[in-house]
Amino acid sequence: MIEITVNNETVNLDVEPDTPLLWAVREQLNLTGTKFGCGLAQCGACTMHLDGKPIRTCVTPVSVVAGRSVTTIEGVAHPDGELHAVQKAWIEQQVPQCGYCQSGQIMSAVALLANNPAPTDDDIDVAMSGNICRCGMYGRIRKAIKQAASMSSQRSSIQTDDAVQKEQVDRILNSETGPDIPVEVRNEPVSS
Amino acid sequence: MNKWSRRAFLTAGVLAGGGLIVGVAIRPGNRTPELAKLMEKSDEVLVNAWVKLSPDNRVTVIVPHVEMGQGAHTAMPMMLAEDMDVDWDTLSIEEAPAHEAYVTSDIARDFALPGKVPGIIDDTIKGAFIKISQFIDLQITGGSYSVRATGVRSMRVAGAAVRQLLIQTAAQTWNVPESQIRTDKSFLFHDRTGRSAPYVDFASQVVEQKASNTPELKPPSEFNIIGNNDIQRLDIPAKVDGSAQFGVDVIVPGMKYATIKAPAVFGSKIKKIDGSAALQKNGVHAVVNLGDAVAVISDGYWQAKKAIALVKIELEETGYEALNTAEMLDKFRADLDLAVLNGDEIEDYVSGDARNALSAASLTIDAEYSVPYLAHATMEPMNCTALIDGDTLRVWTGTQNPLGTRNALAKEFGFEPHKVSVHNQYLGGGFGRRATPDYPIQAVKIAQEMPGVPVKLIWSREEDTQHDHYRQAMVSRFKGGLDVNGAAIAWENQFHEKHEPVEAPDIPYAIPNKLIHYTDSPTHIPFGPWRSVDHSIHAFFTESFIDEMAVAAGDDPYEFRRRLLRDQPRIKKVLETAAKMADWGRDLPAGWGRGIALHSSFGTVVAQVAVVDVSGGDLKVDKVYCAADPGYAVSPDGFTAQMESGIIFGLTAALYGDITIENGAVKQSNFHDYPMVRMNTAPEIEVRIINSGEKLGGGGEPGTPPIAPAVANAVYAATNKRFRQLPIQL
Ligand code: FES
Ligand code: FES
Repeated sequence: MIEITVNNETVNLDVEPDTPLLWAVREQLNLTGTKFGCGLAQCGACTMHLDGKPIRTCVTPVSVVAGRSVTTIEGVAHPDGELHAVQKAWIEQQVPQCGYCQSGQIMSAVALLANNPAPTDDDIDVAMSGNICRCGMYGRIRKAIKQAASMSSQRSSIQTDDAVQKEQVDRILNSETGPDIPVEVRNEPVSS
Repeated sequence: MNKWSRRAFLTAGVLAGGGLIVGVAIRPGNRTPELAKLMEKSDEVLVNAWVKLSPDNRVTVIVPHVEMGQGAHTAMPMMLAEDMDVDWDTLSIEEAPAHEAYVTSDIARDFALPGKVPGIIDDTIKGAFIKISQFIDLQITGGSYSVRATGVRSMRVAGAAVRQLLIQTAAQTWNVPESQIRTDKSFLFHDRTGRSAPYVDFASQVVEQKASNTPELKPPSEFNIIGNNDIQRLDIPAKVDGSAQFGVDVIVPGMKYATIKAPAVFGSKIKKIDGSAALQKNGVHAVVNLGDAVAVISDGYWQAKKAIALVKIELEETGYEALNTAEMLDKFRADLDLAVLNGDEIEDYVSGDARNALSAASLTIDAEYSVPYLAHATMEPMNCTALIDGDTLRVWTGTQNPLGTRNALAKEFGFEPHKVSVHNQYLGGGFGRRATPDYPIQAVKIAQEMPGVPVKLIWSREEDTQHDHYRQAMVSRFKGGLDVNGAAIAWENQFHEKHEPVEAPDIPYAIPNKLIHYTDSPTHIPFGPWRSVDHSIHAFFTESFIDEMAVAAGDDPYEFRRRLLRDQPRIKKVLETAAKMADWGRDLPAGWGRGIALHSSFGTVVAQVAVVDVSGGDLKVDKVYCAADPGYAVSPDGFTAQMESGIIFGLTAALYGDITIENGAVKQSNFHDYPMVRMNTAPEIEVRIINSGEKLGGGGEPGTPPIAPAVANAVYAATNKRFRQLPIQL
């Protein structure tokens, strides 16, 4: 059993320790908003936040996140149900097409804005280029990020009453370093 | 106004609780148990658009197309709501179940009988074609058909008919002339007497009315909903909070997970497997030999994925084990040569005498172009959940062809068709890939191993890349002839392997002598429709070669095209609009270039100008201007999004897309070696819509074909170097 916090709830995962967080969350917790796209840290569909930072969960073993706090797309809106500014901007700009990449895009964008409330185009390129949108909605994503940045009513994305976590969150919010993504690229056997 | 009218048969029924259901029938036909459940009346009809009015005056539209990002689940109800005057905020949609009654016969009809059909015989033709389309299992979403066929022929007619029935009923009840009744937002009004009532008040009486077979449709000048940019896509809220359910998200109680590994070389058969090591792993329930692939069933995807690597597989030889891309291209070239030598080319489009004109021309040029194989790389890898329970089969998946999938499964596994249900989910990208039912068939084969247990098959990205149904590789050869004045007088084009749509290789230009011909050159690589099918291939070829002719004529590529469009005012206007948007002719910095391309597909005319920057030594697409005439954009923002999407999709092919064959198998496996345009490489895109009022065209595909030639032409403008092969690699 591996204990982690997901969207502010403590859960126990009964999986092998090398199981990627993505599959544990989708199959054990039935939180299917986070998607599988590549399994190789190449597309960003599986992005969640680990202690506030975006990670590619398809290559993050659950053992790495034991005892830590994870946020998924299902935990991005405010607890009262109000959508996050990024989600609102996504609707406003009519971003999604098929929608499959969008949970990951939104998680990357939320983390970007938490770090950098007024990102430049270059900042957006750096933060968002790990997320593929096969439907090609990059222009709309860029506009939506800028719109979310300018929404005056933007509330903090991370809801926690835990003092320790708050401290951690503040530290991340104030740190100069961008999102760090634990990436272990696996060389998958591709043929028999 | 009357040009919008269509004959239609209506059927109406009362729903439990006093609601109303109305269907637009294509022809009288067989009633089915599934439809009977929806109806209490016994009229016998085949219906392809349904509208339900519930006791609280809310409207539900049943849409016979799947949602794969193209906005069909919004554009279809918009068209119905417009002519019915529905309060948009109370409208919801349901996707039609995989059932014959929802056959999208209009697709079959338009493929077989393109062009205009006199209204009076419309019904007869539809009657004939629904038979054909049932026969070929079409409930397909593809060919950019949702809006242009189902929307126009069924949704609008259904909406108009229901509104007319309601007005008739209200007029009788209130004892006032029909002409004095107006409708707005699901209410009926008689202003002189100050009376008003919600639609549903008249629901039970409506079924007694006789409907007109030619309900009057609104003229575009009265549109409130169609063409309204404030209407938001209905599927978007669920796509920003993680609640939208795609095929891969389906949870069926007691479900197990499976993954698959197919032999690398297409067509390989498995001689035997040794799954003993895999079976010893925790949570593994079965290792299944499917003959052409191996599957592992386990408690979770990760366990299945780890275990499948342990299965030892022995294969039969196919004879393709030594085949590589280079040899395949050589074979294409040899087959082209042979066809000319033997004189057995198949003529495609012919006018005048191109070969004579070429020999008489004062200047001729020739060139050979090629494109590689391409995978679809939908964001959501192939997946399907299947449950076999006695003589019934249930599958949950995202498919572009629910009915075809149901019938393919029934046939393959010997189920009665009505014992097979396909629960279609949102599609994480279709692009043509999800029109082929290979993955549901696999899922059912795997589920046969554990009857009574639902099994979810998920492909890895590697399987998805290496076992796609690919856009074909193609070689295409051109000869162009110019007269002394630099006017184009001859065009010869030869290629191999023709698919659909038939007009893809044709050109709109007034070149008097034209010979387009092809030959067969089959390979062992599975073919599948890829966003715009043959259009994206031929547009690269023809729009690059016309550019070469312009250069040979010493002419400006835009002016050269424009002159050749003198008989095509609609197309010319689109070209001119794109050029104007891009400020064609204005100077660019050194190392920059501008390229133009034009291509019509699925009834929509699109011209694009790409602006590229190669000053740094690598190719950067800075900006794309796109002008498009879809006849009339039902959802302007949705159409714009489709253009943006199509451009990025085509740009990925132009810059990176390259599936190569090595030793009979696909070499690429994931996004690291099959790269995509990303945020940092995506150009800014500006779209302008021209509503010409012509017959409605599609949106999902027509944005893709022009971008590759526009970029290649821009690179030529910047570098004087002609790239005749995709992807463009400086
Ligand atoms: S699934 Fe693609 S990065 Fe994780
Ligand atoms: S919306 Fe389809 S992949 Fe991004």
